[in-house]
Order: sequence, then structure tokens, then C-alpha cells
Amino acid sequence: MEKTKTPILLHKTKQLSEGRHMENLVLHLDNIQKSFGGLRALADVNLHVEEGKTHAIIGPNGAGKSTLLNVCVGRLKPDSGKVTFDGEELTGKKPHEIAQIGVARVFQTPEIFPELSLLDNVMLPALSKRDGSFRFNPHLAMRNQNEIRDEAEHILGDVGLKEQMGMVAGSLSRGDKRRLELSMCLILHPRLLLLDEPTAGMARHDTNATIDLLKKIKERGMTKIIIEHDMHVVFSLADKVSVLARGKIIASGLPEEVREDPLVKEAYLGTAQE
Amino acid sequence: MKQRFLNDTNLLLVFSAAILLMPIWLSPLGAAYPDLLQKFAIYGIFAIGFNILFGLTGYLSFGHAAFLGVGSYAAVWSFKLFTMNVVPAVFFGVIFAGLLAFLIGYISLRRSGIYFSILTLAFAQMSYNLAYSVLTPITNGETGLQLTINDPRWIDSMYITVEEGLPSTNLFGLKMSGYPGFYFCAILLIVCFFISLRIFRSPFGLMLRGIKSNQNRMNYTGLNTKPYMLSAFVISGMFAGLAGSLLAVTDPLAGAERMQWTASGEVVLMTILGGVGTLIGPMLGAGLIKYFENIFSSFNKNLLHEVFSFLPDGVEDVVVQVVSLFVGGGWHLTLGLLFMIVVIFLPGGIVEGFQKFGGVFGYGKNKNSDSSPQNQAAE
Repeated sequence: MEKTKTPILLHKTKQLSEGRHMENLVLHLDNIQKSFGGLRALADVNLHVEEGKTHAIIGPNGAGKSTLLNVCVGRLKPDSGKVTFDGEELTGKKPHEIAQIGVARVFQTPEIFPELSLLDNVMLPALSKRDGSFRFNPHLAMRNQNEIRDEAEHILGDVGLKEQMGMVAGSLSRGDKRRLELSMCLILHPRLLLLDEPTAGMARHDTNATIDLLKKIKERGMTKIIIEHDMHVVFSLADKVSVLARGKIIASGLPEEVREDPLVKEAYLGTAQE
Repeated sequence: MKQRFLNDTNLLLVFSAAILLMPIWLSPLGAAYPDLLQKFAIYGIFAIGFNILFGLTGYLSFGHAAFLGVGSYAAVWSFKLFTMNVVPAVFFGVIFAGLLAFLIGYISLRRSGIYFSILTLAFAQMSYNLAYSVLTPITNGETGLQLTINDPRWIDSMYITVEEGLPSTNLFGLKMSGYPGFYFCAILLIVCFFISLRIFRSPFGLMLRGIKSNQNRMNYTGLNTKPYMLSAFVISGMFAGLAGSLLAVTDPLAGAERMQWTASGEVVLMTILGGVGTLIGPMLGAGLIKYFENIFSSFNKNLLHEVFSFLPDGVEDVVVQVVSLFVGGGWHLTLGLLFMIVVIFLPGGIVEGFQKFGGVFGYGKNKNSDSSPQNQAAE
């Protein structure tokens, strides 16, 4: 669990340089099913994600994309099937346990601490990761607080929010809130980062800034799953794309392949009968 | 960091000085008699402890009187069974309140918001009724638990020759009534204030504030919020137990009415009146309410006639009639009005009032609070 002190975004892809990354699958979703009452949100989802890659999940509204992420982070328990990350089963674990394993999530509507300062917002996840289950030793708890503060400032600098770090988070613009939430996830040094529509509702230049930011993170070799509607974002970031429609993965592959797939076109554009 | 540390030290020094010098600066206000000063200090501890739970985590407990009561009972039993020395009494008061808080907190914290409040209220009323009836062998029911000449006092009986009449509480021989009693409470109050200050500034305090702000996010960053909430609850219950045991130290009896919901409500009022989530707010609120309760309620018509004797006779009678509604037995009315004014115009309590007042003259605000006046834990 010990991490290096290298500046977070400049951390080059050491983990990837092993040369066997083609078959290095780290996240497995096997036969996931989930229904809400009569509605079948996830029919039978199988998804395998390679380590260090960015895997985009696209699909029409109501296809079950957010449900899928909720299953991964323990917010929802699947009716059947299991999720394993790096050999550890995530199904049935509590959200905080999954977070401790190294899975972080950026939500569709930013989940931040609106009443606290930006700096506190970023320091808190680092503290919770450190003291996760429970630690109540005031002396120990105070000891490396300065270290955490430095790292939080550094990350805020990376996402371009350092000048505002004394501000109350609730007063940020929506795009800045997303960037703040992203930095809150980055300080956790996650091994798997789940991004739920990170650019939804953003203006074009904010979207581009976010893409640049995510590209920088990409260099760190963190595994990422990204849910996105904006094809521009998907094709700028994703190594692999899966298409989810009516609770099933209907296509999976390189971005260019998926774009040309007739099934995908049908799911997005509808067929004549509909 | 350095700047803030100095500010905290100064705050602690100013607070200690203000508390220890209360007999002097409160005498023009007519409040400088030991009985009332003891109450200021004791209810200050109660409110400061309550604020650790309510101010930091936002969980509103309506049952803190239960811990106050248990602290009192435990202290009186320590007087009865062991010794009239106050140290064990305070110790047992804190420990038993902590145990009860663990039990009640463990169950109540399964819910949040209004359901948590109702659960704590239910537990406190349950404790009250138990103390009042079922547990009479322990609590002596409605008469209240008192010292008697026949109490065993095992430790005392070994070392101290038995005197005539009821012995009084003491700290290694120093009698705990009057001013020594006040200073004993005051020193504990300062210690409690220091602990609360450290908690507010610690990562633990920051986490509690995170839980208040967005519990969901805390979970998704890997924090198991339950044990943190529970420890905040227990700490705050132990503060209440300390306050309860001090009530018994200064006046060695304990009755069930100490556990009644009105006592729980009172500490909520104190905290909100002074300023939720601020360091000195609860102390101010506690002082103000106890001042009203003891001083305002003792004003009677004769006194009012004296005060307003400069007015012409007819006017004087009318004024006295009107004002008398708000003093004496009607002091609750004044308190209610004050409470409404504070909640409507100063949601941050009296502390926010001071900040605004200070802001008018261009000082009293530090750099941090400029950006977040609502949320700064400092003065």
C-alpha cells in the first residue's frame, strides 16, 4: 500500500512497462444481473478490463451504465454474478471496503464537501484512506498531516485549483466541482478509477480541459472505466470501448471497430420497427 | 500553521482568564455568587460536549440529559459507597456515562436525521422513567438519591474519623462548596475546552465535519463512518457525564428529573443560541441561559418599580406591567424571544453576532474566516 512520493501526474507508466499488458486483465464482471422491480437494468453483463487501460462504456440513456458502476463500488448489490478486481471479490463488500481496495469513483453529480474549503476537501480522502476502518490515536493522526497537506496542495495545483484552495467548495462552478472531485479521487492513488460522465453539462473548453487532465492521468497507468455520451471525449481517451444497450454488452473492441459496428448504430439510432 | 497555533493558544488563554476571573467581572451583573458560577461552568462543559456531536457531525441528539443523570447517580453512589473525595466520583460519572453513551449510540446511530433524534429522545425518556420507577433501589425513585449518615463510605471509614452529621464533598480535604467548588469546575471546564479545541483542529474533527457535509463521499473515499460517529457520540456523552457528576459534587444529590427531556432540550438551546459548531458558542449559550434562569427569574415588581421610578407615575405602572411579563416567572418568554431573534437573524448564534459586530469596525475577523464565515470553527 505504500506509495511513492513522485508528483502524481508526472508518474510515468512504470507498471505498464512489463510488456505483458495484452493479457493482464484486472477487473472482471461476470454474469452481472440486476433488476429493479420489474425493470431489468442489467440483463447479463460480462466485462473484462485490462490493467492500465481506459475502457469506455457507451450506450443510450437508460442502458444501465450507472447501475453497472454502482454495482462495482458496492452501492448496489447485484442479483447474481460477481465482480472481482485484482483477484479480490468486490460483490457484497461495503463501499468503504471497496474504496480501501483501491477503487475510486467520480460521480455524475459531483460528490464533494460543499461546506469545507477546497484544501480540506482534498485532504479528507487522504485521511480517510489512511485511517479507514478506525484509528483513534491523536498523536499518530497528527504526525503526517503536513505531508498530506503538501500532497493535497500539489494535486490541487495539477488540476488548476490551487489559487482557490481556501475557498468553500460549494461556491465553485460545476466544472470546477468536477475537477475538485477528480483530485479527491487522485489523492487516494486508486488502482481503478470509475468516471461517470465526467464532462456532462460542461462547456466545450471545459470539456477539453478535462480531456487534457484525464490524458495526463492516463500516463500514470491507472485502470479507468469511463462512462460518457460525448463521442469526442470517448475517442480522445478510450483504449477500448464497450457498448451497453438494454442491460447487455452488445459490442466491445477498439474505438474504430465499435464505431463501425452495425449493432451499435442500431442501438443508437433505432431500427425501422421502433 | 504557526499563525493558527498561536491563535488557538491565545484563544485558550483568553478563555481561561475569562472563566477564572468570572467572580470579578460578573459581579456588576449580579451573577458573581458561587452557586451560579458553578452552574455556568458545569453547563458550559455539558454544552461544549454536546457541540462535539452536534456541531461537528450534525447529528442532533435529544437525549443527552440521560448521560447527565447517569453521571450524577454514579457520583452520588461513589460518595455513598467509597469516599467523599470528588476524584473517584467524577471518574465514575464519566465512565458510566460513557458506557451508556456507547450503548445508546450504537443503536441510535443506525439511523440519521430526525430518526436519530427520536431514538435518542426515546432512550433518554426510557432512562428517566426507569430511574423514576423501576430502578428505585438504585435511584431512590422520586425522592432522589441522597447521602445519609448510615452510608458505608468504605474508604473514608478506614482513614478518616467519623464526624457528626453528613460529611461534605471534598478534594483531598478541600471542601467542594462555594468558591473552591467553582474553581474545581472551572479548571475542568478549561480542560474540556482544550480537549474540544484539539478535537476541532484534529484530523478526527475534520473527518467528523466531512461526515456532516457529505457522508456518502466519506464512505466512497474509504472511511467507515460508523466507529467515528460512535466515538464522537461517546466523547460527547462523557462530557455530559462529567457535567452530571459535577452537579453532584457541588450538591450531592441526584434526581430523575435531571434526565427529563427538558434538560436535553436545554442543552440544544444553549448550543444553538451560542453558535453551533463554534468553539466558544456553547459556553456563551450555557452562561446566558443559566443567567436568565437565575437572575431574570428573580426580578419582581418591586425591583422593577425601583428601576423605573424615574418615570412619571402613570407611565411607570404601565411599563412595569409590561416588563413584568418578561421577568420573574416569565423569563422563559424573554428567552424564547431571544432564541427566535437569534435563529432568524443570526443562524450562527451569538458568535456570529460578535463576528458581524467586529466586522463593522473592521477587525475581529481573521483571513480564513473571510472566505468561509459560516464554517470557521474559531471564534
